[in-house]
Amino acid sequence: MTAQEVRTHAIDINSVLNNRAKHSETNEISIKVENLNLFYGDKQALHAINMEMSKKKVTAYIGPSGCGKSTLLRCINRMNDLVDNVTIDGKILLDNENIFDKSVNVAALRRRVGMVFQKPNPFPKSIFENVAYGLRIQGINDKRILEETVENALRGAALWDEMKDRLDDNALGMSGGQQQRLVIARAIAIEPEVLLLDEPASALDPISTLKIEELINELKEKYTIVIVTHNMQQAARVSDYTAFMYMGELVEMGTTSELFTNPKKKQTEDYITGRYG
Amino acid sequence: MDNNKIGHHISGQFNRELEDIRNKVLTMGGLVEQQIELAIQAFTSNDMEMAELVIKQDNQVDAMEMDIDLECTQILALRQPTAFDLRLLLTVIKVINELEIAGDLAERIAKMAIQLSDVDGKNDQYYEIQHMSDLVKEMLHGALDAFARMSIDDITLITGKDENVDREYGSIVRQLITHMMEDPRNITRTLNVLWTVRAMERIGDHACYICEHLIFMIKGEAVRHLSQEELEQKVKSQ
Repeated sequence: MTAQEVRTHAIDINSVLNNRAKHSETNEISIKVENLNLFYGDKQALHAINMEMSKKKVTAYIGPSGCGKSTLLRCINRMNDLVDNVTIDGKILLDNENIFDKSVNVAALRRRVGMVFQKPNPFPKSIFENVAYGLRIQGINDKRILEETVENALRGAALWDEMKDRLDDNALGMSGGQQQRLVIARAIAIEPEVLLLDEPASALDPISTLKIEELINELKEKYTIVIVTHNMQQAARVSDYTAFMYMGELVEMGTTSELFTNPKKKQTEDYITGRYG
Repeated sequence: MDNNKIGHHISGQFNRELEDIRNKVLTMGGLVEQQIELAIQAFTSNDMEMAELVIKQDNQVDAMEMDIDLECTQILALRQPTAFDLRLLLTVIKVINELEIAGDLAERIAKMAIQLSDVDGKNDQYYEIQHMSDLVKEMLHGALDAFARMSIDDITLITGKDENVDREYGSIVRQLITHMMEDPRNITRTLNVLWTVRAMERIGDHACYICEHLIFMIKGEAVRHLSQEELEQKVKSQ
């Protein structure tokens, strides 16, 4: 190789580094939590939470049991409305619109913000009907549209190849990991903007867990994802941003790589390294 | 952050494993310090027995490096440490590598001592060499002490000494060149002395690298390839 050739083939290191920085900087805010307080009766469960979650990024909430992470997650699609005695003040802005506004239709909100729970909860129906359910309740019954949507959703949830010949089987006959991915397929069939995942892999074996994590990685190209997990390594693997919560307060939030290698607060450090507070 | 950074894990076993690694690194560091001390004594006092001992003991240093390295690998695999614990293990892996190289350099000095004993000539260079070796030993000792205390408060005092070492190295080299020019029969002998001085200068560099690794361990910030002034600023900044 001549010197000229070497020069033309050489990678411009600065441009590579700049590109990477730029890539991680294109942050559009999808969800913004402003001064959110939540009470169960007299007991305050969330204390003045402020945070921003970026579009098409994965944000993980970590923290010990009872720290309020699931409560906060449920606020985002107003699942807490179903709980008695809950009072909320503060705002959650989804694309600059406060979801607690009286004008907001809760059903429409939940169409935009899908949720998947710790235990897979498929309906006792066929696999096809499980995924098509969201469309059917919207009144869509066109067979062609349904088939297309179901296939896309199952592909999106990495289930299509396994399940394409079993679409009429009862969903309850699937394994736990498959059921969880089916529930994710059901959630993405209605094309939400945000996916909330509450401990999506805690009841699954390691292989199914990895499949779910792989799936999260693929899904973030289309959706804003918020995940609650007790498994810190999982949070570290799947998320772009991590928020550490403790006793109803947001202690620290930052990029996952920073938070897990060099946390700023001692409380965070103690929690992620497994020490007494 | 509190001073006992290793303890207080909910898993007592993990505490013990980290404590064990820390102690092993300090033992290995002590061994390397001793190697350097003995090698320089062997060199300046023409003590062949001591030189042989240094060469023999290098195996021990190598074995310790492999042992600690394996232990770190196992902890990384089993505990998936984070934050300070992760930085501690990464630092240990790098520090033992520096120590192992410093041990090799001591061995090289011992070998030079043996070769020099076969060559005739005067040994009037030894006062400067002694002084330079004292500086280098202080640096390595300071770095290991900082590791034992897990504190980087005075770390730049140690790295600052490297400049003095370099200056002494330069002046010894100039003297050695003069010797060689005075009488070409001195060249073989003088070259051996030169390799020895060079080895000592390198030990000083590795002591500095250890300090840089320690800054990463405590502050979580990579500080390699910086000048002394930049380093001082980094350590001061919070």
